[in-house]
Amino acid sequence: MSLLSFERKYRVRGGTLIGGDLFDFWVGPFYVGFFGVSTAFFALLGTALILVGASMGDTWNIWRINIAPPDLSYGLGIAPFAEGGCWQLVTICAIGAFVSWILRQAEIARKLGMGLHVPFAFSYAVLAYVTLVVIRPVLLGAWGHGFPYGILSHLDWVSNVGYQFLHFHYNPAHMIAITFFFTTAMALSMHGSLILMATDPRDGEKVKTGEHENTFFRDDIGYSIGALGIHRLGLFIALGAAFWSAVCIVISGPFWTRGWPEWWNWWLELPIWN
Amino acid sequence: MKTHHFLRATVAVLASTLLLTGCEKPPPETVQLGYRGVGQELVANPKILAATVAANQVPTPQPPVSSDGPRAGDVYENVQVLGDLSVGEFSRLMVAMTEWVSPEEGCNYCHVDEGFQYDTKYTKRVARVMTVMTQNANVAWGDHVGGAGVTCYTCHRGLNIPANVWATDPGQPHAPGVMTAGQNIASVTAAYSSLPNDPLTPYLEGDEEEAKDLPWRVAGRTALPTGNRSSVKQTEWIYSLMMHFSDSLGVNCTHCHNTRAFYDWEQSSPARVKAWYGIRMVREMNNKYVNDTADWLPDHRKGPMGDPLKVNCATCHQGAYKPLLGANMIQDYPNLARYTLAAKTEPAAEEAMETAPMDDPEAGDAMQEAVEEIIEEEMTTSE
Repeated sequence: MSLLSFERKYRVRGGTLIGGDLFDFWVGPFYVGFFGVSTAFFALLGTALILVGASMGDTWNIWRINIAPPDLSYGLGIAPFAEGGCWQLVTICAIGAFVSWILRQAEIARKLGMGLHVPFAFSYAVLAYVTLVVIRPVLLGAWGHGFPYGILSHLDWVSNVGYQFLHFHYNPAHMIAITFFFTTAMALSMHGSLILMATDPRDGEKVKTGEHENTFFRDDIGYSIGALGIHRLGLFIALGAAFWSAVCIVISGPFWTRGWPEWWNWWLELPIWN
Repeated sequence: MKTHHFLRATVAVLASTLLLTGCEKPPPETVQLGYRGVGQELVANPKILAATVAANQVPTPQPPVSSDGPRAGDVYENVQVLGDLSVGEFSRLMVAMTEWVSPEEGCNYCHVDEGFQYDTKYTKRVARVMTVMTQNANVAWGDHVGGAGVTCYTCHRGLNIPANVWATDPGQPHAPGVMTAGQNIASVTAAYSSLPNDPLTPYLEGDEEEAKDLPWRVAGRTALPTGNRSSVKQTEWIYSLMMHFSDSLGVNCTHCHNTRAFYDWEQSSPARVKAWYGIRMVREMNNKYVNDTADWLPDHRKGPMGDPLKVNCATCHQGAYKPLLGANMIQDYPNLARYTLAAKTEPAAEEAMETAPMDDPEAGDAMQEAVEEIIEEEMTTSE
């Protein structure tokens, strides 16, 4: 991977959170840093553990490999390796790798004198994961409430946990999360198409400017949020999606045990008409 | 500035109200029903569980009496159903029935002062039909009620009319031209969802022939569409019935199903077999017994469409995964577990057996053990 000629001048010293100058160097195009080392450590160890776990299972079919959490009977204790302990170690490694990656992003941002928007945004994705495998299991009192690591097995978990509450689409936080996800997809597709429209003109025509972009949306929907605004909006709706996903699952079980349709009875019971 | 404060206060009040009324306190009770990590679990609020335990205590049985001596049918006049009981057993059962069904009204809820033999009151005739129905449930439907059995108390709990009965729902009033399709309201039957609001009439009333044509098995059995013609609408009808099942038993879909493959008996829990028989048992109860009373039942014991009040899952279960949490009442009233009038009713489950899934209902009922454990804990802590 080649380095752009001007990129070298951005390779500045400092800005590290841990380790000082010790890991302050690049390998090829990649900045290393203390958290690059810890990311690599946790990622490799976690992947190796998944392979060990898979070798103890009954299939090497990539779709069906399953690293399952412990039985609920182990509560918040440590389970034997073959009975969910592997899942617990993989979870530790995954969190170690994800959090290291957040901090590595923060170091790079500090080096470049940028805001911390990128690690801030990524931390929402990590929060959603931690909610699923740590916060909710702790609130419910057993690691066994975490989802299994496997392409099909985690989907089975999603299906059954949804049906534990009869009809998950009635979960109000799930509604908000879905709305954010769809809005993200819509906003990104509209933004992407707008950029392509402006920067990829027909043969013989010139690249259009931001004024064309603004004019298009002013004509179309009466308002253009602008070049900076669309990215602020995009960040907001994307983080909203991740945040409300985490909320919708953490309330299912710890804070609501019945069918989600029944939750809406507060509306039917409002004193206005009841 | 003032509006700003007002807005903030309103939001705070609304948010805290929502939090207080819309939330339960962690941690809930959980029971693992399947392999670890599959997510088949019972999730229950300990408070609701404790209330269920309190509401499902069995009354002290009447002191036992001898089954020897003259038969009630020979001694009393007009004993059509319980004639084969000894006079002592007969009186004991009458006392128990009074306690179970009309504790306030006493004998006169069914009988008249002129004499016990008269069928003047419709309630006495209903009691007769219900007695045969109960005996039939215990004799012919052991696959559903086996072990604990059912008595009048299972449903009545000291009430003239069981707390949970149903009649055909005429639907909501609506503007002409609006297609409600029997749904789109918060339906209590469908566990407060907007699924079809009366799945009971099609699924739990008709006879076996009528039921065959209903959309029961809507789920596709292959990963990709390979000819499954079931529509979303059809799916919603059976889902609505399943919501009723779940809500009536205080469980969720994973009590019976591994939802990755709803159809697959291999991946389902033994409870699903019980439910399979339960559907047929309830249908027979409504079809053969309850609807038999339609001709002479007074209007105030009928629904808005003029059909008698019928049985569904909630009638017996009343929010418990097993009625009365599995307490065995029938051992104290064995005469409700046999036909006391010869050849009155034929066992109906025989033919159903042929297509029934082969599964041992007793095997691997870990859920049952776990739930019983919880209940025990609840009882000791709530005392």
